[in-house]
Order: sequence, then C-alpha cells, then structure tokens
Amino acid sequence: MSRNLIIGTVLTSIFVALAAVSFVWTPHDIETLDIPNKLQGPGGGNLLGTDHFGRDILSMIMMGARTSIAVAVVAVGIGMALGIPLGLLAAARHGSLLDELIMRGNDLVFAFPSLVIAILITAVFGASAVNAIIAIGIFNIPVFARLTRGAALPLWERDFILAARVCGKSATRISVEHILPNITNLMIVQGTIQFSLGILAEAALSYIGLGAQPPTASWGRMLADAQTLVSIAPHTALVPGFAILLMVLGLNLMGDGLRDWLDPRIRVART
Amino acid sequence: MSLLAIKDLGVSINGTAILHDVSLRMTHGEIVAITGESGSGKSMTALAVMGLLPRGATAAGQIVLDSTDILRTSETDLCQMRGNAMGMVFQEPMTALNPVQTIGDQVAETILIHEKTTKVEAHDRAAAMLARVGLKLSPTRYPHELSGGQRQRVVIAMAIALRPKLLIADEPTTALDVTTQARILDLLRDLVREFDMGLLIITHDLAVVADVADKIVVMQKGRVVEAGATQDLLANMQHPYTKALFEASTHVVSLPEAKPSAPMLSVQDVVRDYPITRRRLRGPRPMFRALHDISFEINQGERLGLVGESGCGKSTLTRAILGLEDVQGGEIRLDGQAVFAGKRPNLAVRRKMQVVFQDPYSSFNPRHRVERLITEPFHLLDSPPTGQARQAAIAKALGDVGLTPEDASKFIHEFSGGQRQRIAIARALIVEPELIIFDEAVSALDVSVRAQVLDLIAELCRKRPLAYLFISHDLSVVRSVTDRVIVMQAGKIVEQGETEAVFANPQHPYTQTLIAAAPQLPQIGMVV
Repeated sequence: MSRNLIIGTVLTSIFVALAAVSFVWTPHDIETLDIPNKLQGPGGGNLLGTDHFGRDILSMIMMGARTSIAVAVVAVGIGMALGIPLGLLAAARHGSLLDELIMRGNDLVFAFPSLVIAILITAVFGASAVNAIIAIGIFNIPVFARLTRGAALPLWERDFILAARVCGKSATRISVEHILPNITNLMIVQGTIQFSLGILAEAALSYIGLGAQPPTASWGRMLADAQTLVSIAPHTALVPGFAILLMVLGLNLMGDGLRDWLDPRIRVART
Repeated sequence: MSLLAIKDLGVSINGTAILHDVSLRMTHGEIVAITGESGSGKSMTALAVMGLLPRGATAAGQIVLDSTDILRTSETDLCQMRGNAMGMVFQEPMTALNPVQTIGDQVAETILIHEKTTKVEAHDRAAAMLARVGLKLSPTRYPHELSGGQRQRVVIAMAIALRPKLLIADEPTTALDVTTQARILDLLRDLVREFDMGLLIITHDLAVVADVADKIVVMQKGRVVEAGATQDLLANMQHPYTKALFEASTHVVSLPEAKPSAPMLSVQDVVRDYPITRRRLRGPRPMFRALHDISFEINQGERLGLVGESGCGKSTLTRAILGLEDVQGGEIRLDGQAVFAGKRPNLAVRRKMQVVFQDPYSSFNPRHRVERLITEPFHLLDSPPTGQARQAAIAKALGDVGLTPEDASKFIHEFSGGQRQRIAIARALIVEPELIIFDEAVSALDVSVRAQVLDLIAELCRKRPLAYLFISHDLSVVRSVTDRVIVMQAGKIVEQGETEAVFANPQHPYTQTLIAAAPQLPQIGMVV
C-alpha cells in the first residue's frame, strides 16, 4: 500500500467516523442558540469555539459531515446506477445508432457547466438538499457512462467474450457476467474522485444558499455565515474551510492510491 | 578477432537469477541463432547485449562488443552505440513504428541522431535504405498504410541505417506469414553478407534456425545447454534437451484412421461483405467482400485443415460458421439446420459446435474460477446438469485433457500457456459437441507443449468421434493432424483435397508458393 492510500484512507475515515458518531452523540446540541456565548475562540467549553449564534462548531462540523457525505454518496450512486448501465449498453451496441445517441447525449450534458446548471435546477425547483443531490447526480452520469464504455470496448475484443458468445450468451448477460467484474476497479477509483467533487459541489451550493436548508448543518453554509466575521472570529471560517479541504484531499489521495494499488501493472513496477 | 564475445553473463532481477553463465562468440558476417522455449532467457540475453536490461536487473560477467564492455559503459555512451554500432529488430512490426510519423522520417531520425548531416541528406539516405530493404514505396507513407511484412522492412531499414556492426533480431518473423517470413529471412541474409555485420537472431522456430544460422546456441532455463556450428549440431546433438526440442518440432501425431461417413457441416456458396469507409460524402458505402462463394463440407468425425495467410478470410469464415455473424449470401448448415435462423443465431445448432482460440492468455475471464470457465457452454443446454452431475461433468472434462478435478477451484492465472489451452479444450468438450473449431489453437505454444496438445487432440479423436476444423498458418502442424485440407487465398478457396495429396503434389500456384516458403527442418540423423 502506498503512502497516499494510507493518508487518504485515514483522513476519509476520520470524517466518516465523525459523521457516524453524530447520530448518537455530539458535544453540544446545535439546535439551541446560546447568544451570550457567541464567537468564543477554540478551547474552553467548546473545543473548536462557537459561531455567531453561540452554537458549538465541532458539533456543527460533525452534523455537516453527515450532510456532505450523504449528498455525495447519493449523487455518486445516481451517477453509477445510471451511467454504468448506459456505458455498458453503448459498448455492447458499439457503432449502432443507440451508441451514438447515448454518447452524444453525454456530450450534451458535459457541454453545460455543471455548477451553473445545478444552481439553475435548485433555483427553479427550490433550494433543498434533495434537489442539490439530483443536480450533482445528473452530472455524474456521463462521467461514468464514458468511462464504462471506454473500458468495456477493448474487453469486447477479447477472446473470452467471443467464447461466451459462442456459448449463446446475450449481450446483456455478457456485460453483467464478464465485462462488469473486469471494470470494477476503475469504477471504485472514479467513484472516489466523483465523491470528492460531490462534496465540493454540495459545499458550493450551500455556500450560496441553494443546498441543505437550516437548521440542517452544512459546511458550505457555515463558511457563508462566517464570511462577514472573518476579521473578528477567524476560526468560524477556518474550521469549516479546513474540514472541506481535508475531506477532499483525503478522498483524492485515496482515489490516487487505490488506482495504483488496484492496477497490477503499476504495482509490479513499484516493487 | 571476434565481433561479440559474451563471457559468463549472469543476470538477476530483484534477486531472482534469470541467466547463468551465458557465453558465446561471434564474428563479422556471421549469423548466430539463439533458440529455446519461452522463459529460456534468449530475449534477456539480447537485451543485455543492447544494454537494455529492465529496471532492477543486475548483470555480472562480460559482454564485449568490438573491445567495448557493454556492462561497464555509461548510459550516455550506450545511447551513442545503439543504432550506431548495434541495431535491433523487434518481433511486433505493428507496434515498433510510430504511427504519426512517415516511414522516411523515422529512418532519417536514426541518422540525424547519430550523425551531423543536413535533413535533406538524411532523408536521401533514408530513401536509399528503404529501397535497399526492398520497399518499393514512397518514404512519405505512414505505417498504417503498410502490411506487416513491409513494416518489418522499415524496422530493418531503421536498424541498419547506420550500418551497425551487430544486428540483433528478436523473433523478427514470428508475427509474419510464411511467404513474408521467407522473404524477410532472405533480406537479412543478404544484408549480413553485404555489410559484413554480425546477426544475432533470437527465435523459437527451429526450422528458421536451421535455415539461416551459421551457428546455433540452444538455451534452457537461463543456461546455454548446447552450442555449435549449425551442420555439426544438427548432425550430432549431445544434450537431451536439444534432442527433445528438435523431436518435438518434427513431432508427428498418430491420428486414428478416418472412417467414411455422412456429411455434417455444409457450407454452400457463402458470401460475406463488410461495409468499409465511405470514399465520398454521399453515395452508397463501398463493400469489401471477405468471402467469395465459399463451399465445402465436413463429414462426421472428419478432421479438416484450413490454411491461408493473414487476411485470407479464415477468421471471418470461423465467425460465420459459429453463427456469430450473418452472411450475405449462401448457407451454412449443420446436420441440416441453418446456423443462422432469421436474424438470430440458432442455439440448437450452436450447442453442437465449440471453439478453441489462439491466445491462451485472453481466452478466459481472469476473475472466474476454472469450474465456472469450463461450464460456460452449459448455457447452451436446455437443462444444464446441476449438483452431482455438474461436478462429475467438470471432473470428466478436466480428466479428458489431462488435468485433475482439484484444478476446478483454481484461477486461470495459476496455469501455464499449455495448461490454459488444455482448459480451453475442456471448455469446448464439456457439452460434447460434434464439431470443434481450433482457431490457431497451438500457434502460441512452445514446441514441446504444442506436441503434447496435438497428442491430446489425437487421443480425444480415438476416444470418441470428433470432427474438427483446424485453422493454422503452420503447414507442418496442419499436415500432421488433418485428413483433408482447404487452402484459402484472398477470400477464395484455391485448393482442397486429401491432406497428403495436397502437400505432396500441390496443384494451385499459391499452394506451391506456400509449401515452398515454409522453412523445413532437415532430416536429422537421430540414430544412436
């Protein structure tokens, strides 16, 4: 295992653990306001200080991790659940009109700047975590569809696929039985990368107020709330900022490390 | 004085010894062939001479080329020598050229790197060199416009552009057709005489070795087991491995007598067209006719050979027979039923046919266990065996090909190339088909393994009536395992008949060329 993979996995696990713990326990309740105790610095009664309503920042970070991870997981899930079958279908019907339609449709989605469209969707259908998930998820579909098709095409040329066809197996069955297991590694790696992009996208949407709505905690909105207070209480902006940074960094390192670890060719070259 | 002297060369990669005490000498104008099976270390020896050992490799001993010890020369100086003092020709002409540069540019580049000349002069010399290697094409062509043989000529032109003293050719003709192979070998021989260079040729093909080499070095497991002048060595082999190697390559399998029987597969006037790229924006797509009115029959229990060079339509025909692709004309019937019913392949027919492919490394899904791999054809059955019956079928199929039932739970990467080909045969046999298509099934195997697999096929024929279509470019193999043979050229059948009759007395000029071009092992006096 490479150093990248270890650091990335540790960072990611820390945030996942924080999110998981928040279901049963947080240091303070974040729904009660404690105005007299506002903008406390780190240390003292609140480990990472309090915000302008006197809420405990560590607790908010934990609850926010939950939102970020949930949004990213579902968004990647949407991308995989629709993108991989589309990619497999395009590869199985390579060169057909259907392949053309799927891939040009992907190009169409790719052609739009994703965040702008996400803003449009949430602006039209209302700002909520669910709409944010759908908006981010839609832009994951072509990523997975393209990758799947690209990885599946060379596999279709292999003799073991020909052997399966000689055995009368249908294209669908071959895709599920033979193609899919051979591209899983790639999907895991890409999934990790898309996961980190999902977290960034969710933070961006919440920052402009189009993501999860109060009282649900969100890293992006914590940053937005802290914006005007940076000079008085810098920790209110730094803490959620670093949370986003470390989580995304961790996921990217993990994705990078996983790619090397899962690819036997690179593994041999390293040793 | 010798041109190249390798003395006690030992190479190990990450602590694993690959070569042990390899020694050989060669002089100017001499052709030395290193031969042996895969893993014998013959390519590693060539790489060591070029100073191109892979990362993590350490070498001991001496490789003296013209009084320079390669192993004690810096990388910068080696770069000066490569292309200049020594040139190399690789096996795969399809990947050895840069696809986005013209062939003239690529040959000129070698000259420009090593000599201070003008671009114009380098290009003139490159054109002359391309003409010298027998390429009657403009140097402004791109590699994809060339055939495999023509590309190999470009690769040779690059290697000899600066008239190196030593040319190393690693399996230079393995990827080529027999007629092309003969011409490339002639070219190499001529160049050696003309430039007075040394040629170190690495090949597993003993017929090629016997044909061109002045000296033979036989390697096994990283050691030289026997070396000597070609005539002496062939006449008087000492080492048992050498004897076994030559025996295996002239191996004759004993097929059971073919009994007269009823026709089973009938191919009638089959035509296959492929659409190719439009030449103009509008108008119909031009069609390429890959198969022209192909007609032949296979009787029950008959062993039919199919011979032809690459691009003759062998693979297209295989796909058509297997019902993987529809044909544009004619009909293919097995036991009276069409393989392609309407728009869909006919499963009832398909279960009577199976296929064994050439490449043992790509014919299996690396993520499945052997039991799952070989039972894949059960998909064709209406009620595939389950439980005990299934286990028994797996064990029987593995037993039939000389493997054990315990192998069923292993993954494919645990097997060697020859074992994988046995597993491929087990997969074909498990549904007890009437017809098996062997598509170059032994071409990728070492001679000794090939002999074993051929014996296995003959033994299976003895056990049960088995008809097969044996497709190969290797004439000697086809001759030994078939009753009847078909010769194809450019999508047409040019000759068919009893195997022995066709080989002994070929009628069509193409068949005559093919047989004449195939390198022959001389009759070796194995009398003790």
